[in-house]
Amino acid sequence: MTALLSIDGVSKRFRGLLAVDNASFRVTQGSIFAVIGPNGAGKTTLFNIIAGVLTPDQGSIIFADQRVDGLRPDEICRRGIGRTFQLVRPFPALSVEDNVIVGAMLHRPDLTAARAHAHEVLRRLDLFGKRDQLAAGLTLPDRKRLEVARALATDPKLLLLDEVMAGLRPAETDRMVAILTTLNRESGLTILLIEHVMRAVMALAERVLVLHHGAAIAEGSPDAVVREPAVVESYLGAEAVD
Amino acid sequence: MTRLLDGVPRRGLAWLAALLAALLAAPWLANDYLLTVLIIILYFAYTGQAWNIMFGFAGQLSLGHAIYVGLGGYTAAALYFHFGIGPWIGLVAAVAVGAACGAIIGFLAFRFGVGGVYFAILTIAFAEFARIGFDHFTWVGGSGGLFLPVANYSQSDIWNLRGKPIMFYYVILVLTVAAFVLCHALLRSRVGYYWQAIREDEAAARALGIDTFRYKMYAVLISAGMTSVAGVFFAFYYNNLFPEQVFSIARSIEIILGPIIGGAGTLVGPIVGAFLLTGLAETMWELLRAIGLDAPGTRQVFYGLVLLAIIIVQPAGVWPWLARLIGLEKPRS
Repeated sequence: MTALLSIDGVSKRFRGLLAVDNASFRVTQGSIFAVIGPNGAGKTTLFNIIAGVLTPDQGSIIFADQRVDGLRPDEICRRGIGRTFQLVRPFPALSVEDNVIVGAMLHRPDLTAARAHAHEVLRRLDLFGKRDQLAAGLTLPDRKRLEVARALATDPKLLLLDEVMAGLRPAETDRMVAILTTLNRESGLTILLIEHVMRAVMALAERVLVLHHGAAIAEGSPDAVVREPAVVESYLGAEAVD
Repeated sequence: MTRLLDGVPRRGLAWLAALLAALLAAPWLANDYLLTVLIIILYFAYTGQAWNIMFGFAGQLSLGHAIYVGLGGYTAAALYFHFGIGPWIGLVAAVAVGAACGAIIGFLAFRFGVGGVYFAILTIAFAEFARIGFDHFTWVGGSGGLFLPVANYSQSDIWNLRGKPIMFYYVILVLTVAAFVLCHALLRSRVGYYWQAIREDEAAARALGIDTFRYKMYAVLISAGMTSVAGVFFAFYYNNLFPEQVFSIARSIEIILGPIIGGAGTLVGPIVGAFLLTGLAETMWELLRAIGLDAPGTRQVFYGLVLLAIIIVQPAGVWPWLARLIGLEKPRS
């Protein structure tokens, strides 16, 4: 399996704080990869470096055989990396459909083609029935799925999901997990997710990377990683051992 | 043409056609006074539409749009005054100068991440800078003003924009209709969708692959160019230009009141706003005179109170409410 995304020795320092400390990992084509870790571990910083919001101080990021670190967020998106935001950022005054059309415009010549593509994406995310509603009026689970739909409409090869399960009830989490699994299986979409909800991580991820104080302390299959003493101690909590 | 009408409700088209017919016939029905009022209304509908591209569509608040009116007006007027170059060629130069000024303001702001109120302050600063600069720009008359030669015209000379009010009426009507059609087309194109995305959330827009700098520049360039055209009209209609008048912040505020009252970001809002505001000001004038209340400032006080009331009752503008009222827009949940 070839690596779609390679992170090599990436570090980012904010004044005295080393937010990401020499992180390296590979995300293979067609896989689902999760990054977990306690609050403040540097997950979102790492995520923002990949998405082009931040430039790494050291290290390189190779996506689809090309170096992408230091590119602007819009250039990153055009290279084929779609992202969601931890705190959802829909375009509130636009309809659900128009939100997704904005994303679909990226690789579509005109409005008609973009709308057709948007409808297809909305159906996959169970939002087609709500396409005429204003995004401002959606419930949180719907807004979370809209966030995914909008990113998906840009036809990414890699989808970055930043805590897309946070704040969802278990039933909604399962629904999102099912949607993402289908996307991954049917269209071969590679997914990199940052997640706190272990229920989702265990169900989705093939590989898991654990960050602590910016450094990777473990990497492997979900089952193996949760048994690592270092992970248990730093993240899952001592009570998880019992 | 059919694609242009895509997504426009039938009833909306009927209303538009009726309004256009009424405006086309107006010179035969209206007296000179009313025609002058209509010219002012259409002038503000046009400039409001141009400003609306920047703020209503792309979310960039310009409080100095008078600079583009002034630059456009002065460019065409100076070419006519000094070299006898007609206004239609002058128009090309005026648009170029206005758009270039917009490009400078836009580049400085967007390249260095100046946004929101700071961008608004930058636009005011440029307009004030132009006002003071033109006060000392003696080639175009300085603070004493620039005057175009005036005569009594028996017939209209459209090529030199010299003639009776009726000619100016049709010129500004054509401009207003053209601006409306252009904005409609823009709003339904890639650039329109991208502008709205930037207006709603710039970081999210960028994450969807939108080069936000480039699209914000497009908004400034188009808006500034369109507003400069209004400047040419202004110069040849009034035949005089004073820096203290054309570049003053009051002029900029006049331009933005219409679209805000009518509904920023909507296509019809600037037109509704222009009719409402100018109509209101003129009616207020007549009304206060009729009841004998002509203490200085009374009109402004009442005008201000009515504006206040409209903003409180319809903060999103009159048009969204009016559109629902006449059944043009289905209510969204």
